[in-house]
Amino acid sequence: MANKEGVSRRDLIKRAGLAGAALTIPLTPVTSGTAGAQAKPVAPEAPQGIPRREPIENLTAAEADTLEAICARIIPSDANGPGAREARAAHYIDRALGGALKESREAYRAGLAAFDTYCRSSRRAPFMELSPRDQDSVLIDVENGSATGFPASSAQFFAMVRTHTLQGTFGDPYYGGNANFVGWDLIGYPGIRLNVTADDQRLGNKLTPTHKSAYDTEMFTKAQAHHDD
Amino acid sequence: MTTRLKETDVVVVGLGAAGGVAVLPLTQAGIVVVGLEAGTWLTKRDFAPDELRNNVRDWPMAVQKAQQEVPTHRVNAKANTTRAGSHPMMNAVGGTTLHYWAQSWRLNPWDFKVVSETTKRYGASRIPSGSTVEDWPFGLEELEPYYDKVEYECGVSGQAGNVKGAIDTRGNIFEGPRNRAYPMPPLRSTGFIDLMTSAARGLGWHPFPGPAAINSRTYQGRSACMYHGFCNKGGCHVDAKNGPHLTTIPRAQETGRLKVVTRAHVTSIDADANGRVTSVTYVTDGQEFIQPAKVVLLASYTYENSRLLLLSKSKAFPNGLSNNHGQVGRHYMSHAQGGSVTALFPFNINAWYGLPAQGVAVDNFADDNFDHGAHDYIGGGNLWVMSDRRPIAAAGMGTFGRTPSWGSEWKKFVMQNADRTNTSYLQKTTLPYEDNFLDLDPVVKDPLGFPVCRITADYKDNERRVSAMAQERMTEWYKAAGAIATQSNPIGTMGPTTHAYGGTRMGRNPETNVVNEWGFSHEVPNLGVLGASVMGTSGARNPTLTAQALAWRTAEYLAKNWKNVTV
Repeated sequence: MANKEGVSRRDLIKRAGLAGAALTIPLTPVTSGTAGAQAKPVAPEAPQGIPRREPIENLTAAEADTLEAICARIIPSDANGPGAREARAAHYIDRALGGALKESREAYRAGLAAFDTYCRSSRRAPFMELSPRDQDSVLIDVENGSATGFPASSAQFFAMVRTHTLQGTFGDPYYGGNANFVGWDLIGYPGIRLNVTADDQRLGNKLTPTHKSAYDTEMFTKAQAHHDD
Repeated sequence: MTTRLKETDVVVVGLGAAGGVAVLPLTQAGIVVVGLEAGTWLTKRDFAPDELRNNVRDWPMAVQKAQQEVPTHRVNAKANTTRAGSHPMMNAVGGTTLHYWAQSWRLNPWDFKVVSETTKRYGASRIPSGSTVEDWPFGLEELEPYYDKVEYECGVSGQAGNVKGAIDTRGNIFEGPRNRAYPMPPLRSTGFIDLMTSAARGLGWHPFPGPAAINSRTYQGRSACMYHGFCNKGGCHVDAKNGPHLTTIPRAQETGRLKVVTRAHVTSIDADANGRVTSVTYVTDGQEFIQPAKVVLLASYTYENSRLLLLSKSKAFPNGLSNNHGQVGRHYMSHAQGGSVTALFPFNINAWYGLPAQGVAVDNFADDNFDHGAHDYIGGGNLWVMSDRRPIAAAGMGTFGRTPSWGSEWKKFVMQNADRTNTSYLQKTTLPYEDNFLDLDPVVKDPLGFPVCRITADYKDNERRVSAMAQERMTEWYKAAGAIATQSNPIGTMGPTTHAYGGTRMGRNPETNVVNEWGFSHEVPNLGVLGASVMGTSGARNPTLTAQALAWRTAEYLAKNWKNVTV
């Protein structure tokens, strides 16, 4: 059964399965601050497991680019490893804006427009052309509510984007973020286990990450619920 | 068009924790019952280990009737009214037991006798001014057999601390006498819980594992708990969480005398000119049905119990059913569930798995378990530490003022500390007060056009002092276990909560109580009320088991006195 993303559940599961193997391969360093770097299609044989097709479903391309860049500063890719960009947090948000987060669609439209205007007027350039340091200074203004031109407080916009970036980085990969489980690996979450032993809960035990989505388990997926095998 | 259905013996409004238990003693006694439930059946396949769906997006509560009836709240009659975005309870066969924490406590003896015990020990002046608290119409010993029935019939795991007066220090030495041990041993401990337990002992306290309606071993043919970490706001994927949908309701159905009607949205309880209830009216998909019954047991949640009574006006009850004394909605309480303490440890505590019911309790500072002579409050708090963590919430942790809330520095902090924090759960005595109450909101309505419930309530000095004391003790406990930083969180409001009490209080005096000592209305002889809405004190622990024991007792009373009640 193809879901509304046009990706079959089977593909999704396969992709999640690949991710484990892909983890030993270093992630390609990402240049931050350049528009479109993240949007380049990954070659079919590339092992990263990042979806080859990642349509922008709800945001405009320009909105998606700006959002991607904001997410990448909230949880940066740095010496400590991958961040929201590799997790595909912006992709999670874009998808969710057509579903569970649809009530936030207007707040993104208005907020991203105000954000762009504020960057151009206060820093004389669009966000994606600013250095990471200048990008952070813009985000500090937005976070503390001092950025002007937002429909409500800019702080409200920042808090919303941060909340959703965390969801997209640390939520179940089924929803389009936390690609390759980079979010769960980042904080040391050892992953979905349906049966946890006493030893698993011992102090000092370092568990091997399972790299499984909740929906890798047949009982939670409708398509497979009636299989007898 | 309205369809008038065939009369039944009893209608139970709501098949949740309380109503779902009451149907068993009724049907076993030969009484024919129709259970009206606003939700549907859900199964273990509905409960994927998915934090986004369960905890962030509130599935399955998000699509429920309750969400269209979220009560409004104001701190007092002059304050602005606000409305929370969601209702913490859910509609389903089994109700909120599907996704609750399943902590299944008995109240302590003091909770039944707050007025007389306080007066005896400290003098009457120690009852906080403005409080409407009364002793319960009976003590713990009256409820003990019903606690026992629910513990065994549904399945509760735990460590007894007092069997027939014999104190066992492995359990809660402050609990009242019980007739026998729990049917199952307690849920297992974890490395971190062991550490906290030792620290409490080092302080001279009496830590013990808490009771839970969760299988610690196979029980009644259902699996033991898998400790997978998604119990909090999630249902159980192996049916180890013992709500009525798995226990008492199916057993009642096996008698052939329980009809479960799902998606039934009850709009009124109808009374005749003689002041007896005759039927319950409900709506399904815009179709109205009248279900006549000899007896009605109202078993929706605390807010809806008061609201349905207030909405059910008739000639005999112009101000709402059973409200000729103006007591419906009075004596509202909610646990101060905020007011927790969060600690930071200098090492990983490996709390990624487990469940809120897997933990360690300290009851030394609850109820009247310590001398209050030098204090300016009565009551106290139960301290609870558990193993419960999920990744989105873990990454959203506070940084104890050490870093900003985003960026590289923040990322480094979260990478190091995501598994190093723990937030306690401190349940505290809350008393009823003259000016804390429920009524109908004059403005906000549900989609059918009925006013929603309005909460007017705030914590008073007594609750705030108890909360401060509990936070001090909790901080001390965390530090004794090696915490390097702690943070005391705000007490919160008395708005919509999973621990809401009162509105239809139980007591012998009809001037101050809606139901009598058996849970039947003082004014309407064939109307019973089930749930924490009948409880006159909160205790310092989760209400569900007490609500279930009371429901069983009311149902048994009805079965034994069927002729008197239905005449």
